[in-house]
Amino acid sequence: MAAPQAHLNIYDAVAANRWRTVLLIAVFTLIVTALVYAAGEYLAPGGGVAFIPFAVAFSGFSALTSYFAGDKLVLAQSQARELAAGEEPQLRNIVETLAIGLGIQPPKIYVIEDTAPNAFATGRDPKHASIAVTRGLLQKMDRTELEGVLAHEMSHVINRDIRVMLLVTVLVGTVALLSDWMLRSMWWGRGGRSRDRGNAAALIAVIALVLAILTPIIATLIQLAVSRQREYLADASGALLTRYPQGLASALQKIAGDPEPLESANKATASLYIANPLHDDPKFFDRLFDTHPPIAERIRRLEAME
Amino acid sequence: MELWIVLAVIVIVALFVIAMYNRLVTLRQRVREAWSDIDVQLKRRYDLIPNLVATVKGYATHESTVFQNVTDARAKAIAAGQTGTPEQRAQAENVLTGALRSVFAVAENYPQLQAVQEFKDLSENLTATEDKIAFARRFYNGNVRDYNTSLQTFPTNLLAGMFGFTAEQYFELADAGERETPKVSFP
Repeated sequence: MAAPQAHLNIYDAVAANRWRTVLLIAVFTLIVTALVYAAGEYLAPGGGVAFIPFAVAFSGFSALTSYFAGDKLVLAQSQARELAAGEEPQLRNIVETLAIGLGIQPPKIYVIEDTAPNAFATGRDPKHASIAVTRGLLQKMDRTELEGVLAHEMSHVINRDIRVMLLVTVLVGTVALLSDWMLRSMWWGRGGRSRDRGNAAALIAVIALVLAILTPIIATLIQLAVSRQREYLADASGALLTRYPQGLASALQKIAGDPEPLESANKATASLYIANPLHDDPKFFDRLFDTHPPIAERIRRLEAME
Repeated sequence: MELWIVLAVIVIVALFVIAMYNRLVTLRQRVREAWSDIDVQLKRRYDLIPNLVATVKGYATHESTVFQNVTDARAKAIAAGQTGTPEQRAQAENVLTGALRSVFAVAENYPQLQAVQEFKDLSENLTATEDKIAFARRFYNGNVRDYNTSLQTFPTNLLAGMFGFTAEQYFELADAGERETPKVSFP
């Protein structure tokens, strides 16, 4: 490895993530506004515009909530418990060491009592960051492997990936929920009224339907496109931090070889983890809908770093 | 009209100078903060060494030179930390690292010692501290590199001379430490 410019890469990633955050909130607001407008037109033709202020206020509120409290939400949902003082001294030592290497204060450490080996990081910035590891990770990894995994997670912290991922997780969840709810109410409300409507109303109803179907798909695709590249970047900058790519490579090997799914993970939080915790095997869209790059490819890239 | 143009140019130049000056101050501040990270970990190592010596001494009674070496090296490192330059300090720390390694090498010959909980805790703590020193040093050197680079590149180099910013020294530990092989005499 020919002494890469670690600082430059990280600053670039931070700047890119700042843009992504802004873009994400803008796209989210737009989607929600379009959805709500369409719903308004459907329910009361000509009255959709009146709903727009509500849509904007709602988006702003969701974005703020996920920015400030999303990490608590995600940690609680994953059944993570904060490490008490003096518990797991080796884990704490490694986290502190890596934090020193990056010049940040050590993030809070959480443990998930589950034997499947996995880990994730969350929070809005390095000062409000948390790292969660499963009991299985602590049991199955040796020191260098644990260090590799934690360095990967710390890279997400320093790159501000955690903020983008947090917003994506919560906001995409909101869009999915909203459009699901709209679809249901539309099917339900279709009944006897459709005959009294003119062509324009029918057209708007069709648009609303298409929007309600398309938005969660678009939102999911954004989430995936964003998360796959950042895994490679975090692998690379983690390896740069420890100067030992084999540690993470061998940890990924072990994680990939472990058949157990992580009980407390779900579709929304899956993309936060270092490796897909669900072990589900999407048949049709596997390339498109995979939250993580294939582990074999990640290991190959790490081993090529020598 | 011309007066306004001249004024505008002066204001713009002044703003540039202020921005560059502040950037240099920030970079130098980062170097100093990074230095204090190293300092904290080195001090932690000084604190752990007497305990280690006391614990190992109880089992390895015939290895007095090794203990003397590490105690001397510690005293010299502390002295260098108070008065020396980063270069002298790195040298002293380097000797201390070598001496510590010989203590652990000696400890390996005593299986009963390996089973003592206090020794296990001490060696986990010392391993962690060595790691932290290594990472703190890397972070410090990265900051020194950024600061020194900006001192040498145009246009900040003009300003650096004017306001008396001087280059900081790197803290080289690992390379020299790897050259130093622990000197252990096996009975």
